[in-house]
Amino acid sequence: MSGAAAPAMAAMLDRFCPMHVVIGPTGHVIGGGPTLTKIVAPEPMIGRRFLELFELTRPRAVQGVAALRALDGARLRLRLRSRPRYALKGQLCLLAPENAGGTGGAMVVNLAFGISVVDAVRDYGLSGADFAVTDLATEMLYLLEAKTLAMEESRRLNRRLEGARLAAQEQALTDTLTGLRNRRAFDALLAQAVQEGGTFALLHLDLDFFKQVNDTHGHAAGDLVLRVAARRMLSVVRARDVIARVGGDEFVLLLPGIDATGTVETVARRLVAALEEPVSDGTLTCRVSASIGATLSRDDPGRAPGEIMDAADRALYAAKAAGRGCHRLHVARDAAPPGGGPVPPGLQDAGDAGGGQCAGIACSAGADQKVGICQDADTGPRAGGAVDAVSGGDGVAPGEGTSTWQVAGAQGAAMRSR
Amino acid sequence: MNGLINRAIACFVRDSYGDPLWEEVTARLGIDESAFEPLMPCDPGVTARLVEAVAARFSRSSADLLEDLGTYLVAQPRSEAIRRLLRFGGVDFAEFLESLEDLPDRARLAMSELDLPAISLYMQGAGVFRVEMARADGAGLRFGPVLLGMLRAMADDYGALVVLDYRGCDATREIIEVRLLDAAFADGRGFDLASGRAAP
Repeated sequence: MSGAAAPAMAAMLDRFCPMHVVIGPTGHVIGGGPTLTKIVAPEPMIGRRFLELFELTRPRAVQGVAALRALDGARLRLRLRSRPRYALKGQLCLLAPENAGGTGGAMVVNLAFGISVVDAVRDYGLSGADFAVTDLATEMLYLLEAKTLAMEESRRLNRRLEGARLAAQEQALTDTLTGLRNRRAFDALLAQAVQEGGTFALLHLDLDFFKQVNDTHGHAAGDLVLRVAARRMLSVVRARDVIARVGGDEFVLLLPGIDATGTVETVARRLVAALEEPVSDGTLTCRVSASIGATLSRDDPGRAPGEIMDAADRALYAAKAAGRGCHRLHVARDAAPPGGGPVPPGLQDAGDAGGGQCAGIACSAGADQKVGICQDADTGPRAGGAVDAVSGGDGVAPGEGTSTWQVAGAQGAAMRSR
Repeated sequence: MNGLINRAIACFVRDSYGDPLWEEVTARLGIDESAFEPLMPCDPGVTARLVEAVAARFSRSSADLLEDLGTYLVAQPRSEAIRRLLRFGGVDFAEFLESLEDLPDRARLAMSELDLPAISLYMQGAGVFRVEMARADGAGLRFGPVLLGMLRAMADDYGALVVLDYRGCDATREIIEVRLLDAAFADGRGFDLASGRAAP
């Protein structure tokens, strides 16, 4: 620059391009805008070689002042060597040809922060006055801040909606009285278990004497019994076992990973024992029992969920037929019965099963045990029955050792006033 | 109308008069939680009923209440974000006044559903401005008092000495007169372009 125009030009550059650099014919910096000076400080800028002060990242490998001059008009990407974290963009303008004399060979590079403006503004405490009036940096910062707020709000809204969705889903899958899963939830879980092909046991449980409680003491008492029953059942199964209420006093249990009849029997016994504990609301005490029919997925692989439910259902009916407080395990017709030997046709009452088998329904224990035989709590063992005394503790749930289980008889099962 | 405006009213009433009063008002009006969902549209009638109910509860005019709401939105530390977004409008109060015309566009940039009434600024003489805010069709509510309260708080924020006057309204607009007596009367509050929040 020369003559009177030079100071005016410099002032204009400072105002319009506060991040410009003027490079002399030798490649040394001979002038710089106020904002750039502020950023480079405390290092001096004037007198330094431009290419020592800045690293050109695009185009690369530019060395020497002649190569720099050849970039006239090109888009540049560069970084301050002392502040490499801020990506700068810029454009070079050759003021006059090299041979023009005076300012011949001098250049101006105008710089701007790209996306790094956010960091730079924070790190250098830049204000609106540090940017050209036409610069959109302030608008960009405004937008960023506004968007951050809107995004936060959106995230909060999403969290609330997700919470509401989960609550609604939970509600749709929960039996409101007992807090257990409902039929819809159970159907889905069973279908999933069947599809995954893993082993599991399915138990169909029906409360005995529940109708008497309801008829004698009303629905409030019945509801209490159901709620207590749910809690007690949950307390004797594992956390990953699923219990659903599928009818008035009907429940189904899905026990993943269970493939041993002994384990099913232990669980069944625990369930019955837990359910036979008296239920009291402080005024009334009532007793119920439970019948359980079970089936193992491994027993007859490839069954559809409906067939598995049917099998458990048939076993439940066999258990019911055997008396209250009994459990029966369904076995496939072609499967070896637990006691060994062929499976005779037809359903047999477990009470007189002898060998512990019946067609389609196996009695719930091996030949050495007489199970599925009920004892009346008040009157002692029923005719033809023996008290079931089985060692538990097969690792399914916290073991309870040897248990003697009792069934409240019809006369003892209904709710009694204290 | 947007749930954001209702939520601003909710925050203002809760902070100024306590939660029990707010719950009493919303219960009496039977207003659902969803009316306060910031990203959701809502019936403008709800906003009008809320403002009327709270004002009536304290035997104040709706305009008084809305002016306090405007001040609250800028001055409360809890709504610092609003003050910051407004401060992006200009480096001093005069420039901020000039940025008011951009306010609806800026608001839309932040939240595309947020439809603020158009604002026009007219220079009346040295340091005297007339701010006109369009009245939204259909909605009986006048938001001029909210703007008045915000302008008062923003003047404080910039450290400017101003006299503000609500000059009334007609069918299409509300008018506020601003006399800027001293742009650098006090120190004002600081403003960093970069907020901790915006930092990556």
